[in-house]
Parts: sequence; structure tokens; C-alpha cells
Amino acid sequence: MTAVAADAAAVYALRLADDCLVLSHRLAQWSSRAPTLEEDVALTNVALDLLGQARALYARTAELDGTGRSEDEYAFLRDERDFVNCLLVEQENGDFAVTVVRQLLFSAYQRETWRALGMSTDAQLAAIAARAVKEVNYHLDHATQWTLRLGDGTGESHRRMQSALEELWPYTAELFETDAVTDDVVARRIAADPHEVRAAWDASVAQTLRAATLERPATGWAPTGGRQGLHTECFGYMLAEMQHLHRAHPGARW
Amino acid sequence: MVTPATELRRVAGEVTDPEIPVLTIEDLGVLRDVRINGSGRVEVDITPTYSGCPALDVIRADVAQHVRDAGFADVVVNVVLSPAWTTDWMSDAGRRKLQEYGIAPPRPRDDGMRLLQVVVECPVCGSAHTNEIAHFGSTPCQALRRCSGCAEPFQHFKEH
Repeated sequence: MTAVAADAAAVYALRLADDCLVLSHRLAQWSSRAPTLEEDVALTNVALDLLGQARALYARTAELDGTGRSEDEYAFLRDERDFVNCLLVEQENGDFAVTVVRQLLFSAYQRETWRALGMSTDAQLAAIAARAVKEVNYHLDHATQWTLRLGDGTGESHRRMQSALEELWPYTAELFETDAVTDDVVARRIAADPHEVRAAWDASVAQTLRAATLERPATGWAPTGGRQGLHTECFGYMLAEMQHLHRAHPGARW
Repeated sequence: MVTPATELRRVAGEVTDPEIPVLTIEDLGVLRDVRINGSGRVEVDITPTYSGCPALDVIRADVAQHVRDAGFADVVVNVVLSPAWTTDWMSDAGRRKLQEYGIAPPRPRDDGMRLLQVVVECPVCGSAHTNEIAHFGSTPCQALRRCSGCAEPFQHFKEH
């Protein structure tokens, strides 16, 4: 195996890990602020699952990139430009509709990704994915139930859901982008082909939106850059808050 | 004769879940394997129920402590992810203990993952008329339900 090939697998694992960590932190920001107590518990439960997935993925990344870095080093001691998460997960929570739509779009993507990764030639990534897909099924179901209830709910809830969908839809294009990294991991059957993931995602999301009386936005502006470390403005603020403790007290441990 | 490996399995298996203390890790199916090699090193494999389950770190430390207390100073506790944990590994004793503790146990499934029982019975009065209130409960593995019979809310250990 060439050095370049090993690097691509490490970058791919890091992208998966960063997606999980960043969305986990966004959801944790709902703690004590969700519309109901049950929802507070639900969103933080989802956040906890994602944090666990991130930890396992960082551990695998550290093996693949050969640095042996700890989970904390990845989470707390990298700068904004070093994070390779997609832009969708870093978007601000907005009103509850924005959070629900983000969960629907991302969980549907993650479910297809984990399903395919369960058959990865990388045994460790396959094991993480097989574990994670069971959790994401719950996340997607939860987001679907809310989408149906709010999309096909009152005039006001429908309006907010459609508006959240228009706001977040452009960020979904990035999920299925291909580049040298994805080409390499797909060729080595470490990861699924993004085109296949997109087809399954499209079908799943379209079905839920139809049932929720929501209109699938037209594809137009498609922001990108997250996978190269170029993020939207809100991400820097989130990171500053998330990393504050470790930056102020280097080496802090529980 | 009780071999050291059998005895160690019993010792390690007695560790309880810090969040549901009536269950041991043997009941839960979290304890996967216990081995002892020629030089006396003990290796224990455990598996997480959920990726983010915060109980795992406590279980890991408790297992190491139990094994050391049994006289084996050299112990390594591995976390293995594959095959992924499922509630189908929960023992019948574990299901009974959960029920008595007031938590509806996970329903059994066949090989095709189909549920062999449709209803979730109330662990308090046994009524089959219960509704889910919330998909997520006080721990990642539980959902919140309410009984229409006795009106008590209760936790249900989700099939996973």
C-alpha cells in the first residue's frame, strides 16, 4: 500500500469523525433549551451517540494517519482550517424546524453511509459502522416523526419547516462530492461510492418530504469547502466555545 | 474442577451496569470473552451497548478491579466493536431482573430480527395497553412509555 493511499483513508476517517463531533456539539447546545423535556432528552441522546461514534473514528484515524493522537487532541487542539466536516453539520441550530430539518437531511445521509461502510475492507471502520447504523436508524426515525408532524401540521409549522428546508438544502450537495480522497477510498472498497449513497438518500428524503407536504427545493447554489477546511463563519464561534476549556487549561483531563 | 478461566469469567461477569445496577455485564451480553495466557495475563473483551454509552468507561475500570481483586494483577480490558451488541444477547435472567426492577425488558426477536411479541407490557401491572411517550429515555438504551391500565410511566429497554 502506498503512502498516498494510506493518507486518503485517514482523511476519509477524519471527515466522518469531524461530522459526528461537530453535529454532536450543535445538538448538545439544545441541552435545557429544547421545546419539551422529552425533546431535550432526545436531542442530547442523539448527541451522545454521535460523540461515541466520533471517539471511535478519531481512534481509527490516529492509527491510519500514524500520529497516534488522542481523541482530545483531534477535538480540542486543532484549528478551524484543520476540521474537515461538511458545512451542513456546523450550521447554527436556528429555530426547532432548522434543527429537525438538519437532522433529517444528515441522518438520512449518515444511515446510507454507515450501511455501505458496514461492508468496508477496513475491518475497524466496518465494525464502527455496523454499531453506528443501529443508532442512526433511531435518529432518522425521530427526525422523520417531527418532519411529518410539523410539515403536515399548522400553517405556521409548515411555513417554518419549508423555510428551514430552503435554508439548508444547498448544503446537501457537498455531502456527495467526490475528490481524490473519495476516489481512492472507493477504489479500495473502503467506502461507498458517493453517487450510490446519493441515490439512496434522494429516495429516502423525497419520500419523507412528500408525506410531510413539504416541497423539495430546486438545486442551485451549492456551497462547498468544508472537506478542505474552509468553513462558514458560524463554525469559528462554535469551535472557540467548544475548545475554550482545553485552550485555557492545556492538558486538562476529567 | 473450576478452571481459572471459568472462575475469572464468573468474577468479571459479576460487574454491574452503573446505570441499571440490577443487571450484570454477563446478563447484558456486554462481557464477550475472558482469556488467561501462559504468563498469567488476563484479557477481558467487553462490547459497548451504544457508541456513546458513558457506562462503558466505568464498566471497564470495574472489570479490571474485580479481576485484580481475584488475585490477577496483570489484566487488560479490550473494547471490541464487532460483532455489534444486540439486545438479543440479554439473558433470560437479565430480562426477569429488569422486569422486577420496573423496566420493561427488550422483546425477543427471531433470526430475521422480527419481534416475537407485539406489545410492550407494563412492568408494574402487566397490562398490554401501553404507549410510547418518548423515543429516548434516561439512558441511550431506554424509551419512555406510559401504561393505560395503571397510568404509571415506565422505561422500556429498546430492542437494538
